[in-house]
Amino acid sequence: MIKHLRILGLFWSTSLAAEMEYRTNLALAIITALGNLVGAVFAMKLFFIHQKTLGGYSEPEAMVVLGYFVLLSGFANTVMVQNLSRIVTHVREGTLDFVLLKPIDSQFWLSTRNCSPWGIPNIVLGLGLIAYAGWQLKFDAIAYLTGVIALAAGLLMLYSLWFSLGALSIWFVKVQNITHVLYQLLEGGRFPFTAHPTFNRFFFTFVIPAAFLTTFPAQVMIGRNDFQQYLGASNIGLYLIVVAMAVAMFIFARYFWRFTLRHYTSASS
Amino acid sequence: MPIIEAENLTKHFRVAVKQPGVWGTLKHTFKRKHRIVEAVKAVSFTIEPGEIVGFLGPNGAGKTTTLKMLTGLIHPTGGKATVTEHVPFRRDAAFLKRITLVMGNKQQLLWDLPAMDALRVNAAVYEIADDVFKQRVDELVEMLELSDLLYQPVRKLSLGERMKTELLAALLHQPDVLFLDEPTLGLDVNAQTAVRRFLRDYNQTHGATILLTSHYMADITALCPRVMMIHHGEMIHDGSLTGVIERFAPYRELMLDLEEPTDRDVIAQYGEVVSVDQQIAKLLVQRDVLKPTVQRVMEELPITDLTITDPPIEDVIARVFSTGIVTEDSPYPEEVAAGHDR
Repeated sequence: MIKHLRILGLFWSTSLAAEMEYRTNLALAIITALGNLVGAVFAMKLFFIHQKTLGGYSEPEAMVVLGYFVLLSGFANTVMVQNLSRIVTHVREGTLDFVLLKPIDSQFWLSTRNCSPWGIPNIVLGLGLIAYAGWQLKFDAIAYLTGVIALAAGLLMLYSLWFSLGALSIWFVKVQNITHVLYQLLEGGRFPFTAHPTFNRFFFTFVIPAAFLTTFPAQVMIGRNDFQQYLGASNIGLYLIVVAMAVAMFIFARYFWRFTLRHYTSASS
Repeated sequence: MPIIEAENLTKHFRVAVKQPGVWGTLKHTFKRKHRIVEAVKAVSFTIEPGEIVGFLGPNGAGKTTTLKMLTGLIHPTGGKATVTEHVPFRRDAAFLKRITLVMGNKQQLLWDLPAMDALRVNAAVYEIADDVFKQRVDELVEMLELSDLLYQPVRKLSLGERMKTELLAALLHQPDVLFLDEPTLGLDVNAQTAVRRFLRDYNQTHGATILLTSHYMADITALCPRVMMIHHGEMIHDGSLTGVIERFAPYRELMLDLEEPTDRDVIAQYGEVVSVDQQIAKLLVQRDVLKPTVQRVMEELPITDLTITDPPIEDVIARVFSTGIVTEDSPYPEEVAAGHDR
């Protein structure tokens, strides 16, 4: 564990050093993140001028969902997208060989080798948004604690989905477009899932679990349960289901990766 | 106790076959035809600790596939491999710490960063203590004559410097077994010599076992007392480098300086004539009758000088791989010839 943390520190310090060669990029990333945020908040404000609720969520409640969305997309940009695109490159150019020959878990290496600072502004702004809405809604410590656990479950789900998709490159080699799939998946979580039409609700819950990524952490903080009518579970039951689902997806991603590796043929010289 | 053992090692690949043209592409998109390529066919050999073995074969002969099976990157279709008493494909940490793979056409160093950054990551991954790390880097820097190049971004290095840095990165954990796939690919003559010298020194100082593939015969003749030749996935020779000449070219070349122009037919009595040009004649003589033939030539022909040479090893090997000509005593002539027809 300590070994892995040490390696993680080296991974991130080296890849940040490589990225910091391009400082203008960071400035642009901050501006883009701010612009996106202002746009999203503005759209929501506009909506709430005439409406009291969005899918049953009040304005600050919907803002918690938006906060989680911004936070997750920041996380995706910082770690996931960076590494996902490298998996594809590794497979195509055959440099995956070097990773597989290191005495370290290849999934750990491939998932964490790179990080980019460009998503950090989003992470900060997402947290700020949740804190601001939380202050308006007067969240207590327990709300924050449950929110953090739900967020962790959401991140684990997003990661597992993302890595399983990346593992497909062993078979199909060219799967760069998966990055877009990942973004679209997140996009489904921008607003409370109850604001979507019924079909989409079903889709975002059972097909791609976007609802669990943003709406669920928000609602455990707020203390609602919008899933009851779909899953028929109480709040605590639902909580357990989501955590179990996240763990199950993670285990699946691990096995799937090992399974695909058996089919790795390695790009020829 | 051999450090590398391969027993009937076999690898088949399933590859999609595509016809050229638009129609071929359409058909390929919807219905793929596959065929099985037998990249490596039941290859067996053993290598003892400390040996340097050259692995020869034309492109597509199955060299890299064999190396990848021995390093555990790909799963063999059949047969058994044991390296440092481990089954490679399990890729146990204990196994991976004892081997390394260097590929001349792929690099593990990060393009934008100094090599030192990647080396530190490797040190952490291989759990090398700081003082040991420093000592090994110093030693390898000296052997490879890299001086302070480790602190420059990799993209600023020349190809030769980059290869040497790759070698450093690959050897930091002091592996016992080195798999080198074309380590001198694309390097100029000086850099090639430097890499060769380094590999020989490394083998001597650390007793490391080296299995090396190369298209440059100079690499092989300089480093490898033993060569394995693979052709169409089959092992056609495993033995000493001089054995290659004896087995595949059991003749020597005689060059005669004659006092006066001599008739071709006269010279042909002594061996197979390669060329006759005025007073210079070249002929091939079977090894087993070399001595009596030379005696007869000296007694019977008006010569001023006589030179005996081995046919160049490059030529011998190139001829084996390109024409499949194998001598009569070879146990594999049919297979090689058949392989060539395919």
